[in-house]
Amino acid sequence: MSALRLATIAETVFILVVMIDFFVLASSRLKAAIRAVAAQGALLALLPLLLAPQELHVLHVLALSLGALLVKGIAIPWMLGWAMREASVSREVEPVVGYVPSLVLGGLGVMLAFAFSATLPLPTPERHPYLVATSLSTVWTGMLLVVSRKKAVSQVLGFLVLENGVFVFGLLLSDFMPWMVEAGVLLDLFAAVFVMGIVIFHIHRTFSSMDTEKLSALRD
Amino acid sequence: MLLVVLFPLLLGALAFALPSRRARPLLLLAGAVGHAAGVAWLFADPGEAIPGWLELDAPGKVVLATVSALFLASAAYAQRYLRLREDRENRVFVGGLLVLLAALSVVALSQHLGLLWVAIEVTTLTTAPLIYFDRDARSLEAAWKYLLVCSLGVALALLGTFFLALASAAPGGPRSLVLRELVAAGPALSRPWVRAAFVFLLVGYGTKMGLAPLHSWKPDAYGEAPGLLGALLSGGVTSAAFLALARVLQVCGAAGEGDFSRQALLVMGLLSMALACVFIVGQRDYKRMLAYSSVEHMGILAVGLGVGGAAGAGAFFHALNNGLVKGVLFLAAGSIHRSYGTKRVDEVRGALRRLPLSGPLFLAGFFAVTGAPPFGPFFSELAILQGAFGSGHAVAGALFLAFTAVIFVGMGSIVLGVVQGDPEGCPERPGQADGWGNAAPPLALLAASLVLGLWLPPSLRDLFAAASATVGGRP
Repeated sequence: MSALRLATIAETVFILVVMIDFFVLASSRLKAAIRAVAAQGALLALLPLLLAPQELHVLHVLALSLGALLVKGIAIPWMLGWAMREASVSREVEPVVGYVPSLVLGGLGVMLAFAFSATLPLPTPERHPYLVATSLSTVWTGMLLVVSRKKAVSQVLGFLVLENGVFVFGLLLSDFMPWMVEAGVLLDLFAAVFVMGIVIFHIHRTFSSMDTEKLSALRD
Repeated sequence: MLLVVLFPLLLGALAFALPSRRARPLLLLAGAVGHAAGVAWLFADPGEAIPGWLELDAPGKVVLATVSALFLASAAYAQRYLRLREDRENRVFVGGLLVLLAALSVVALSQHLGLLWVAIEVTTLTTAPLIYFDRDARSLEAAWKYLLVCSLGVALALLGTFFLALASAAPGGPRSLVLRELVAAGPALSRPWVRAAFVFLLVGYGTKMGLAPLHSWKPDAYGEAPGLLGALLSGGVTSAAFLALARVLQVCGAAGEGDFSRQALLVMGLLSMALACVFIVGQRDYKRMLAYSSVEHMGILAVGLGVGGAAGAGAFFHALNNGLVKGVLFLAAGSIHRSYGTKRVDEVRGALRRLPLSGPLFLAGFFAVTGAPPFGPFFSELAILQGAFGSGHAVAGALFLAFTAVIFVGMGSIVLGVVQGDPEGCPERPGQADGWGNAAPPLALLAASLVLGLWLPPSLRDLFAAASATVGGRP
């Protein structure tokens, strides 16, 4: 495939990633949101293959792509689905910030992300014009999800979306990021969601609810 | 060098595998003793560095020594504590602590900012389940908040680390995240990206350190965690985050963004001290009081780094002092908590009488932490103050003095209320009598802090100066 063709596909992937951001912001059904984030993870796994610079070792690219697919696309969504079924909740009923305001804020974030990435030009030869903007708007979406949702699973989803955004940014650097660090980052993410899943399980058992609003005994 | 990382890790794996609840605390002690011996060995003979990954430099030495001493005391304290708590399964607790020790050692030795990040995230993941040791609703809430807030913060630090990597990919840049290469590249780094990186890294590692206004997890986590975990969090994990920020500052300084970065640290440091004032005065929970004291001392460290130069050396000295004294306070507070069964200041009186060892230790720890002579923190705070006044930061110095004075009074009224008076009529839990098993470790830490105050070995003085030289600032 020609380089131009690959660039077009990558462009489509970036657009899809941002669209999934919006979908997750707007969806109240946890199952749909988990699936969307899984799809986002799987899409991200494509990016190393599409954007790999020539000098990068092919094994490195394949390992990064496969690692991302396993952790972000399969293992973590599966764990979250388990936590959701275990706690038998399926909906985010009353988010702290409503769905329409969060969409508006999300849109604002995308605009700011594009503005920011335009003011800070990449010091490297440009690899893809949408990369930084996609990354930053996904990070912003993740932050928004964490602070605006009450259900623990939704907050973990937000954390995951945030990490997805950071991952996109990391693709700019994959030609000099040691594989050990990349593997460490993915493993940490996996372990983080694993620990969060266990804590969610305990929250459900203790409070018979996954609502983090119940977690309000501690204050000054 | 790898030994101080691999040894605790191995014992940690063993602790997870070992079926005996009774034998596990011994593994903890073995890990701590082995680690301390390994660190002593490393100080005498740094050995071969692993280029680009692990190397023992001056800032790393300070943090490694702090962590090792504190961990040794905590592991000794854990022997009696875990025996008294044999009703609880301690597999995760002991295993997690040993993994924490390994991760903290990696942070101290790491020369690669990516590896540093991975290790810092491991410290979050391995301590969060330990906060839930008591298995009640409150500790669960604290664990969740700690896990979520710190993971979020550290995720932003990862983005900042990536920004820094991108800055290094500018023409002529080293295209790497190895500290030495980044510092050597200096002006070749892309400055706008270095500045953006600093903002994200300050927010990320600042969250982990517990600087205001990113401290929200701290009172909850320290309040609900067992005392010995509180000691390790407030003296060890926060020192690791402090070191991470010092490393970042080192790169920013080399890239010509030092003034901007130091200014930001100074403002956040003073803000943390101010916030600690507000929340310590009138605090009704003595463990949460210690958490706000930790916010204050992280603020002091940030101010020290922000002023730089002589104050920077003071900051590294203070990191060591803070680790030792926080150990004294949290371990003694843990003993008081167990004896009374409550953390409410209104229900606790007469700790001096009921706990003839831990009560006085708590009181002495209070004097030490608020900077009363002749304990170590007095001298490190003095060094920071002198640095501030000496380099034209008079306003910051004056605010520093005012905040520490208010905190002294606020903490004093709480601590005196806890230790003085007649314990008659206060709640009491049976079988929690004071003993050397739980008093000797904090006493040893207190003695160390006293020695550092009375006589600072010249080699240590040089070490702090060398550590401070890496982060720069006017001498």
